[in-house]
Amino acid sequence: MSASTTTTTVNGSETLENAVPNANSVARPIIPSGAIPPSLGPGHRACLGCGEALGARLALDAARKVALADGGDVVVVNATGCLEVFSSSYPYSSWNVPWLHSLFENAAAVASGVEAALKAQGKTEIRVIAEGGDGGTADIGLQTLSGMFERGHDVLYICYDNEAYMNTGIQRSSLTPFGARTSTTPTVGASPGNRLPKKDLPAIAAAHGVPYVAVASVGYYRDLEKKIETAMHYHGPRYVQIHVPCPLGWGNDGSQTIRVAQLAVRTGLYPLYEIVDGKVTNVRKLAKQPPVEDYLKTQTRFRHLFPKGGSEAATRELAEIQAIADENVARYGLA
Amino acid sequence: MKQLLEGSQAIARAVAACQPQVVSAYPITPQTHIVEGLAELREAGLLSAECLNVESEFAAASVVLGATATGSRAYTATSSQGLLLMTEVLYNIAGLRLPVVMTCANRAISAPLSIWNDHQDVMSVRDCGWILLFASNNQEAADLQPQAYRLAEELRVPVMVNVDGFVLTHAFEPVELPDPDLVRRFLPPPKLRLLDPEQPRSIGMMAEPHLFLETRYDQHQAVTAALAAIPRIGEEFTAAFGRPGINLVRPYRLDDATTVVVSLGSISGTIHEAIDELRTSGQPVGALEIQTFRPFPSDELRLLLGSRKNVVVLDKSLNPGSVDGGVLAPEIKAALYGCSPAPRIVSGVLGLGGRDVTVQDIRRVIVDVLSDKSVDQPSSPRFIGLKRIALNPVQTASTAPPKAREESGVTR
Repeated sequence: MSASTTTTTVNGSETLENAVPNANSVARPIIPSGAIPPSLGPGHRACLGCGEALGARLALDAARKVALADGGDVVVVNATGCLEVFSSSYPYSSWNVPWLHSLFENAAAVASGVEAALKAQGKTEIRVIAEGGDGGTADIGLQTLSGMFERGHDVLYICYDNEAYMNTGIQRSSLTPFGARTSTTPTVGASPGNRLPKKDLPAIAAAHGVPYVAVASVGYYRDLEKKIETAMHYHGPRYVQIHVPCPLGWGNDGSQTIRVAQLAVRTGLYPLYEIVDGKVTNVRKLAKQPPVEDYLKTQTRFRHLFPKGGSEAATRELAEIQAIADENVARYGLA
Repeated sequence: MKQLLEGSQAIARAVAACQPQVVSAYPITPQTHIVEGLAELREAGLLSAECLNVESEFAAASVVLGATATGSRAYTATSSQGLLLMTEVLYNIAGLRLPVVMTCANRAISAPLSIWNDHQDVMSVRDCGWILLFASNNQEAADLQPQAYRLAEELRVPVMVNVDGFVLTHAFEPVELPDPDLVRRFLPPPKLRLLDPEQPRSIGMMAEPHLFLETRYDQHQAVTAALAAIPRIGEEFTAAFGRPGINLVRPYRLDDATTVVVSLGSISGTIHEAIDELRTSGQPVGALEIQTFRPFPSDELRLLLGSRKNVVVLDKSLNPGSVDGGVLAPEIKAALYGCSPAPRIVSGVLGLGGRDVTVQDIRRVIVDVLSDKSVDQPSSPRFIGLKRIALNPVQTASTAPPKAREESGVTR
């Protein structure tokens, strides 16, 4: 039997590695000559006002800027999730950087292999970035993430935290905040919404002894870019968690994504800080701390906390969420 | 020069001769000696790979995926539960068409827990899209490693070299190791480099329904192409190393045989002895060993088995509740479908969980088939060496009456 050739219009293997047979089919941004194209280009299928799409572009561009300045470049490993799906439907890709998607829970392990190969090839100027959502990072991918941290790979892992499994229809993850409604934490009974606290993943990362951990928000994009740049100046495993509103899953107005993200920080619910060599530092102080209601009211996922005429249960829930914010203020010294 | 080596050592040396740049594995019996061997070779300066001690087999497979996509030759090895834990990644590696090579030290799957040899692990990942090769002795186990890389890198299809756990991995045999210089010539450096800033590509994209079938079709074609590539690479290996190279099947005393025993892996040695004994007493029997299980060499099997009277398929795996019991038997049936007159196909399940298989066991099955005994229901599998004992419910030490425990006579 001889090797038969395919008669189909696309070569299967190339399909999934996207050698993109027709250059016209690729969404190409208009870029001034000499300028570096955005890592995540336009034309993808993210929802209007998607915090993750914005966060990914800002973060990767900032990382690439540092790598290029150091005479290198970046390669990106992406976990399964919204970001992967909206950016890479063959034959259309929005990625202007080398980009590899394998599975949901193995981005950190694949990135470990990529980094080991680059090391073996003596190409350590090419920096590896792994990225995923909160589910792929904090839940199903936590084991491979821990392995990557512990082995000390020179990989920057970015978690885009939109606080639920948005790609599959807004199911709760371990980074879903207390009180939020998701499709698997319905608003029924006396204790509606998610009953579980948000997992402290930055602390888990820091516990591995990694040199740099940061929490950023797409609402403060200069701060976000600076943290990524700082991360890129470190070597070894680094973890940056970026709060990214999801208009679809949170029920916020897509035009208000930045403001919603800022309110999460300003109310104390999403403190921004760095952990350098195990010590919390560079905490973003709150000039004044608005009540958590100001943030919660911008999103339908918390609508059950504001019933017409109020309710005892809702008052209790709001007090609990306010207590979480106040605890953050005390714990991180936000005031 | 032949050296007396443990199978795992021979495999480790052969893998090191292939100069992988990244090795990643997780310990599981009986694979461990292979990876330990590689670590020792690295310590001795005979291997310059990045060796990653990862947190699971799932991660090990993911690491070699990433390394191979980045243009490095990568290696992993596992067994049993480890292979099953890798399953999702195995499919992904095959779908991404990455030329990964791994060795599977074949072992039973729990429950009940068994660390011993059978083929349940590889049969459980049969459909992953990997080329599946089987070694029958330690010389082959070593020689298959460079040939596996040649095959994988030429076709862009991952290859799994199956080696019977303990039976081969822990057995000492005289082995001539593949000479590293010859391997270098036989196996050029890998050319595939997908993840490269010089040429940014998106790898592992989403395929919508109008494209998915085409990618799967291509994968099927690529794996099938190995039917032509394997004998050719085997001949090249023979020319370079002076030893038998890889092939699809290996016949043994088939010429005038009316009854043929078909098998996978190391059991062929035992089968050959049984065949020799029966030949001495004038019985026209032979054997056929399948070296390449995926792609399945249907044409060769039809040619070599289609006109025989009896085909006895011996399986070291079980598909509970299936017609034939074993996993290989229905594939043989399918290959011989439409042959007229059709050979009688007898399925035998044996050697599960490390149960010893003797020459006598094999001879008895063949004699039974030759004398038409116990084959009135040829479609129901024979469990060779099955003891008719009662497996009592498990009892705890505190509740089990001492008498009942004695009576059971079964160690669970």
